[in-house]
Amino acid sequence: MLRYTLRRLLQLLGVVLVLSMLIFGWLRALPGGPVSALLGERGTEEGRRELTAQLGLDQPIFVQYGKFLGRALSGDFGMSTGVQPGDAAVEIFLQRFPATVELSAFAIVLAVLFGIPLGYLAARRRGGWLDNLGVVGSLVGVAVPVFFLAFLLKYLFAVQLGWLPASGRQTGGLEATRVTGFFVLDGLLTREWDAALDALAHLVLPAMALATIPFAVIFRITRAAVLDVLDEDYVRTAESKGLTTDVIRRRHVLRNAMLPVVTTIGLQTGALLAGAVLTEKVFAFPGLGEALALGFERRDYPVLQLLIVMAAMVYVLVNLVVDLSYAVIDPRVRTR
Amino acid sequence: MTGSVSRSGARPPLLGGRKERLDALAASSGKGDAGVSLAASAWRRLRRNPVFLVGAAIIVLFVVVALLSPWLAAHDPSARLLEGQVSRARNEIPPAQEGFPLGGDQVGRDLLSRLLVGSQQTLMVGVFATVIGLAGGLVLGTLAGALGGWVDSLVMRVVDVMLSIPSLLLAFSIGALFPRPSQFTVILAVATVQIPIFARLLRGSMLAQRGSDHVLAARALGVRPRAIVFRHMLPNSLGPVIVQATLVLAVAIIDAAALSFLGLGNPDDSIPEWGQMLGGAQNVIDSHPSLAFWPAGCIIVVALGFTLVGESMRDALDPKNRR
Repeated sequence: MLRYTLRRLLQLLGVVLVLSMLIFGWLRALPGGPVSALLGERGTEEGRRELTAQLGLDQPIFVQYGKFLGRALSGDFGMSTGVQPGDAAVEIFLQRFPATVELSAFAIVLAVLFGIPLGYLAARRRGGWLDNLGVVGSLVGVAVPVFFLAFLLKYLFAVQLGWLPASGRQTGGLEATRVTGFFVLDGLLTREWDAALDALAHLVLPAMALATIPFAVIFRITRAAVLDVLDEDYVRTAESKGLTTDVIRRRHVLRNAMLPVVTTIGLQTGALLAGAVLTEKVFAFPGLGEALALGFERRDYPVLQLLIVMAAMVYVLVNLVVDLSYAVIDPRVRTR
Repeated sequence: MTGSVSRSGARPPLLGGRKERLDALAASSGKGDAGVSLAASAWRRLRRNPVFLVGAAIIVLFVVVALLSPWLAAHDPSARLLEGQVSRARNEIPPAQEGFPLGGDQVGRDLLSRLLVGSQQTLMVGVFATVIGLAGGLVLGTLAGALGGWVDSLVMRVVDVMLSIPSLLLAFSIGALFPRPSQFTVILAVATVQIPIFARLLRGSMLAQRGSDHVLAARALGVRPRAIVFRHMLPNSLGPVIVQATLVLAVAIIDAAALSFLGLGNPDDSIPEWGQMLGGAQNVIDSHPSLAFWPAGCIIVVALGFTLVGESMRDALDPKNRR
């Protein structure tokens, strides 16, 4: 188990290294470049050359990469050139990381909280109204572009009804003590209930938009997995042994159905950042996704490099956790 | 259907032709659908599946509209016929009126004509992105699965790295790669993301078949390796690939819209495309939601159509559901 974990972590290192190289080269190939982004159309030839030299962009690409790697190992990923010009890329990451984690966690909790029970119920009453509604709903949910759904929610609940805030992480002018950077958690820790509630209210709409696809996928996988397990011989055996329905459902059906569901939750969690790019942009939510969207727009290499590598790392790590959690759920995996 | 021992119910004739004997043998080994191929039995189930029929109807309608749109559209989609009714200052767009049932867009072009003609480009984006993704995946997956060894390792490491970035994020990054975004760069960005997925699918299927009886039989008969791969292994992998391609068509259309939304789409909107229309409407969505609702509605319905067909085909091809 330990050896397996170590081997996977070593693989992760390889993936990150190759990826950082690819992204480095790739982003250099981006047109425009930070020089044009910083100077705009007005820059003189002189000014351009100076800034290019200053940013080190005139050196051969492998020299640039070597320097980048050396500095990266000591925690220096360069200065932002477009998202928040002058700030260190790491600073931007650390500042925005809690916002996106908070949003993603809320979204995935929503998706799991609704997806698994509904999927389970749909499977138990296969062909019933809940099943049909759920299946149709999950198919439609996947077909709706995330950003359009975000707009729809914002238009309905923020613009038309005015129930929830339309943008940002907290109401302007609100005084709140910051401890962790997770606004809801901060409010709870410092007992500033109104601040916690305010932060939560700002999370609801973006989290709902972000949760749709994970919800739809988790619902369908849970339903399919439970249907599969209900067909198994061991469930019939358990029934004929006279076990109570409750025990059969919990120990035999749910537990066995959970394997594919856990994988799906992991994959969906890892992929949330892509949805966050769109959702955060719609709600002007100051997280990593918004920084990425701005980074693409303004060709901010240092920020993009850091954020994409980080996104990949989180994705790979989440998958590792998923694989390890198999062993907890299914003892058979441990012996292999 | 019940299996029968042989067609005539008697033992196969000893001195009959080889063909008859083989037929009898094939019939006797059939447990469920005797003598019916998986594809045929899948089709039989699909024909009666309302989910498939609804999806197929949507797709047929979409394709017909796309092909006939130049004749269906009442106006030139790029002509600013209602420009006089557009007011930036008062934030007004042309309302629905005689000859313009959906009104005009932010620069006074007929919305209905743009939606109709837009289906063409949307179909093109979906089809080309899928075909490019499929072709790339087909080459990589077949190489990896058929050759094995270091080729397999190399291809799969590249695929792993590509899969280690969430797909939409990868598409955004690729979309941002080009100096001037265009319809082509959108297609390429959306397609590249699908390559590793198709590659994995094909490799898995190839690997599973390498040790299977029909491949062993072909090898024992002395069939050349290339023929084994192309005549025996590849056709057997096509089922899941076709299913995946149908689903990817939906994803491609949605992803293209997301790229447009991020400003990575085709900036030239003289030839309309739904994703681009939706992305372009984001700035006026609060005052004129209809400009976003129509293209979004079209995208959702079409994406749903492809998803319904893909999902029902997946179910139908699943041997577990063969009854």
